[in-house]
Amino acid sequence: MPSLEETTQKIRETAKKALADGKAEVVIGYKKGTYPLSTAPFFARTPEDCDQLIWSNFARINLANYLPGRPGKVAVVAKGCDARSIVGQVAENQFHKDNLYVIGVPCTGMVDNNLIAAKEQRPYRDYSETLDTITLKGADFSTEIKKEEVLRRNCRTCANRTPKTADELVGPEVPGAQADDFADLKELHSKSPEERMEYFKDLIKDCLRCYACRNACPLCYCPVCFVDETRPQWLGKSTDPMDTLTFHLLRGLHCAGRCTSCGACETACPVNIKVREFNRITEETVMDEWGYEAGLSWEQKPPLTVFQPDDEASFIK
Amino acid sequence: MSEFEPKIVAFFCNWCTYGAADLAGVSRLEYPPNFRVVRLPCTGRLNPKFILEAFKRGADGVWVSGCHPGDCHYIAGNYYARRKFIVMHYMLDSIGLEADRLRFSWISSAEATKFQHMATDVVEHVRACGPNLKFRKAPLILGMEEVA
Repeated sequence: MPSLEETTQKIRETAKKALADGKAEVVIGYKKGTYPLSTAPFFARTPEDCDQLIWSNFARINLANYLPGRPGKVAVVAKGCDARSIVGQVAENQFHKDNLYVIGVPCTGMVDNNLIAAKEQRPYRDYSETLDTITLKGADFSTEIKKEEVLRRNCRTCANRTPKTADELVGPEVPGAQADDFADLKELHSKSPEERMEYFKDLIKDCLRCYACRNACPLCYCPVCFVDETRPQWLGKSTDPMDTLTFHLLRGLHCAGRCTSCGACETACPVNIKVREFNRITEETVMDEWGYEAGLSWEQKPPLTVFQPDDEASFIK
Repeated sequence: MSEFEPKIVAFFCNWCTYGAADLAGVSRLEYPPNFRVVRLPCTGRLNPKFILEAFKRGADGVWVSGCHPGDCHYIAGNYYARRKFIVMHYMLDSIGLEADRLRFSWISSAEATKFQHMATDVVEHVRACGPNLKFRKAPLILGMEEVA
């Protein structure tokens, strides 16, 4: 596997070439974040700008989020999951494929800062990273953490790490991990309805309804979100538990057959709710019912936009 | 305290189940009066919001019914609806809503007896579930209880 520096160089070269060849007017990528252990989205418009682009273990933001409605030709740096989100947006006519140039980066997973914090509580002053390790340096210590141990939940079960739909790959393909088998959801399903309701109400009890998950999500591009609608008002403005549950349920339902498990919502959550749990329920459904995984090819149609006359639904009497 | 009478919000498609309810009435078939009907042009019009809103406002059950697959007035509305129902059904089932509280059926406008049986069935199952206490918003106290 190429190192982070090699990938960074390759991304910069590709970005400059895309700008020079007129394939894009702007390259959306990552730059070093202002906080440690983070990256920030960056819009490179000149070759000099391109030298700020980086590749990192903290490139957790889904850059597909910046595509809908953007005028002109755009190149995007995309991980496996981001590339799938982009395919979804093209399928939903949010962006024209002709104006798009996807710079695919085969990804070995991104890091969950909460897991790092759990491993090293002491305050650190500096950090460094390689493809496999994160090193935190403090006043009198230097801790090396293996990346495998602190991968995000969705990265651990990511079967599509190589963005196969990208226009250009900046590195060799990487093998996918064991796909999500939804074992925990299946186990939950064997419990009583009361226990399940308890589990989900407990899951979202800290929710502030800041809608960071919605804003980070590349699928949430509606001009007026249902949470902001006032006539009729579907959701109260307080953090009433039922309103909060309704928000998460509807968010999950809206993402049915579209979610690519990029984990941007969970990363964005300020109170560390596993908000993807609701999406995973729908993900499991579309997988079981229609064998569908979002964004794997340009041809496939989202499952809720098509039908089969013999779709099985035995619960409908 | 009087015996619990469930309140059920029913979403019927204009062309089939609404007609079936009409026929059941005209035919003097008896069925329980526990549901309030919302008439939809087609089950394809049903948005998950409607179901959640009904429960949130205190409905004890929701019943969605439309044309049999293949009989849609708009050719394919209920085929799309069926896929949505599948996703909704699993979602609400997974988070722990009792399966009997949310019911789906296909009833054509000629099936008045099926309507009668289904209506009875839905009401009795919701009655067995008891009042909806955990999947609703705390009621607003407006001093208008007797009106509601």
